[in-house]
Amino acid sequence: MPELLSVRDLKIEATSYPPGEPPKRVTIVDGVSFDLKKGKVLGLIGESGAGKSTIGLSALAYGRGGAEITGGSVLLDGVDILPLGKSGIRKIRGARVCYVAQSAAAAFNPAHRLGEQVIEASVKHGLMTKDEARKRAFYLFQVLGLPNPETFGDRFPHQVSGGQLQRAMTAMALCSNPELIVFDEPTTALDVTTQIDVLAAIKHAIEETHTAALYITHDLAVVAQISDDIMVLRHGKTVEYGTVQQIIEAPREDYTRALVNVRQTAREEATDQSDTLLKVENVSAQYSNGFKVLHDVSLHVPKGQTLAIVGESGSGKSTLARVITGLLPPSNGGISFDGRPLTPALKNRSRDELRRIQLIYQMADTAMNPRQTVRDIIGRPLTFYYGLHGAAKTARVRELLEQIEMSNGFIDRYPAELSGGQKQRVAIARALAAKPELILCDEPTSALDPLVAEGILNLLLRLQAEAQLSYIFITHDIAIVRAIADSVAVMHRGKLVRFGPKSKVLSPPFDDYTDLLLKSVPEMEIGWLEKVLTTRKMESAGN
Amino acid sequence: MRLRDIPITAWLGMAGILLAFICAIFAPWIAPYGETEVVGNVWQVADTQYFFGLDNLGRDILSRLIYGARTTLFVALTATIISFSLGIILSFTAAVSRGLIDAVFSRFNDLMMSIPTLIFALVVLAVLPQNLIVLILVMAILDSTRVYRLGRAVALDVAVMEFVEAAKLRGEGKIWIIFREILPNTLSPLLAEFGLRFAFSILFLSTLSFLGLGIQPPSADWGGMVKDNKDGIIFGISAALVPGSAIAALAVCVNLVVDWLLKRTSSLKGGRGDA
Repeated sequence: MPELLSVRDLKIEATSYPPGEPPKRVTIVDGVSFDLKKGKVLGLIGESGAGKSTIGLSALAYGRGGAEITGGSVLLDGVDILPLGKSGIRKIRGARVCYVAQSAAAAFNPAHRLGEQVIEASVKHGLMTKDEARKRAFYLFQVLGLPNPETFGDRFPHQVSGGQLQRAMTAMALCSNPELIVFDEPTTALDVTTQIDVLAAIKHAIEETHTAALYITHDLAVVAQISDDIMVLRHGKTVEYGTVQQIIEAPREDYTRALVNVRQTAREEATDQSDTLLKVENVSAQYSNGFKVLHDVSLHVPKGQTLAIVGESGSGKSTLARVITGLLPPSNGGISFDGRPLTPALKNRSRDELRRIQLIYQMADTAMNPRQTVRDIIGRPLTFYYGLHGAAKTARVRELLEQIEMSNGFIDRYPAELSGGQKQRVAIARALAAKPELILCDEPTSALDPLVAEGILNLLLRLQAEAQLSYIFITHDIAIVRAIADSVAVMHRGKLVRFGPKSKVLSPPFDDYTDLLLKSVPEMEIGWLEKVLTTRKMESAGN
Repeated sequence: MRLRDIPITAWLGMAGILLAFICAIFAPWIAPYGETEVVGNVWQVADTQYFFGLDNLGRDILSRLIYGARTTLFVALTATIISFSLGIILSFTAAVSRGLIDAVFSRFNDLMMSIPTLIFALVVLAVLPQNLIVLILVMAILDSTRVYRLGRAVALDVAVMEFVEAAKLRGEGKIWIIFREILPNTLSPLLAEFGLRFAFSILFLSTLSFLGLGIQPPSADWGGMVKDNKDGIIFGISAALVPGSAIAALAVCVNLVVDWLLKRTSSLKGGRGDA
């Protein structure tokens, strides 16, 4: 069978503008080659910056953000599309090769109905009339398991859920009957319970339409469910390229092995959970408009231990963190800390109460002032809580940098000059600087690549052992919960579904929601998706 | 910060501003004739003796331009700086506090803005004693309403960022949050506005002078000089264009420097604010 897409020695460069230095050329993709047959799926996997999205977009002869394809060839059905020029490329984009972006919410135009946007490319390219395109859209909505496929196209993007939007975007890509679709992390922004539906829908649609696909993701477990071949990328170069079977079951390179075996961190559950540090009793909370977000939640965190709170977005797990920090005072119930009641509202709390509870955010980018250096960011709590200045302060900042395994050279850098993992480390150091007893971690690793996330988790565990810290760890990742938690709270729609020691919560008998949640976590196992789908009913109408 | 990193346009702007300041400070020594001295015929054309020619009363335009730099620069610059300080402090306080303080400040600001600036200035200046300080303050307060609008909008964007929340969770006071967390992140749009506002204040000052409430004759200011000589344009006399060009040149110079500062302040944000 002839190759549909053949990429040979692809080289992509861009000009980078490092702050305070003259611009320089960087190579993003270096000598990557692969082949894709009709109806097959190739998974591109790697950490951020590995060049996987850039390679995906090269199938549309497109360079994003100043990236330029400077070498190699991209053969679509035997024809090199790189030298085609603007009008030649335009005939291919949206007609023969389509793209599904990561954030469907940002990729749809909020001012137009979904239906119009789904059929737009097909009609513009003159591939079908409006009526034909609408019929095809209706068919695709059915294939993708969208609710009310007849009227789904009449809705606006804000009227449907994130999972539905991602499926609508897949319908948009499939509408023109393309030969190739590029999926750029289509499920990364979704909850696990939604992700599984979208994955199943995409897989089903690809099989129905015999389209070939490039599937870009950083989650090896996801790509194992959907691809035929996998290419592992790092720093713009191919690390390993082979069939799914070979990559998952017999990886040849160390880096691939590390990706497959990520989640090695494990912590034995503490047996004695009676020495309570934080106690949340019958807490309910509502927004100022009266919308209730927490219903009667009670739980506690033992000293020096970790409580993991799991749930999908909208389950109220972050709201609970806001209540504990005092940003949103509870409407009912109370919180006690170290045996004493905690002042409900942030502005009434004493400096010492504030110091003892610190927060680590999901996005270290936005959690640090971009105009302060690492020294200022870590040093401020030292000055604020302990009155340290000058040399004493600098010495302590250096000490903290050492604790988070970063060298002294970082002390005068700005956040923009740090990598994602380094930023999160600095955020941890800022929390540590206050010498807290409880740290609330709001999904601190979900924006990071698996190996970097692993490093952060290990750091947190080490610090916990050193300083007897307690953590409340908010996450939607069950694997993390298994790795680090002592006790677990499962939340759903503002209610506490299940709470107790990890061993009890994560073992049967389960309630319906916990069961669904646990079964939705992708496992590094070929055929996992099919297995799960047969054991549970597709709830396509629900999401 | 190395000197050679400063682009040529910024150097040009700084040179222009420096020239204006030198003129303002050393006016009596630089100017060939006195500020109010009548040295020849009305609208006498330029020659080697009178570099830019003479104005509507026969005074040397170059000398008046040099003396005019004093009042123009001093009044416009002071008024703009005061209006910015006032506007930024009030708007940031409103953005950080929200609630009642925000409502009161913002509605009062709307009230001030709903009255046409010029008419408001005329009424106030007609009532109050006519001196430079009152003039500057009136200009500053009227201008600060515009700064308030912009300041509140940009500060609201930054005030909801997580690093501000982190500062609040640490227990920081309003002053720290305003000056250390929010201000450095809103400098870009504010600096751009500063360049524009400065040019507007020169024009506003000249408008007031024209109506007899700004700089009082025979003192020279650039806007007033345009007004004095504008009738000459009908007869093909270009005397009014000289102070006009000076205003334009100064505004361009200020904006060249501002553009450079803008690039410097936005370069850390990783794209945000660059557009």
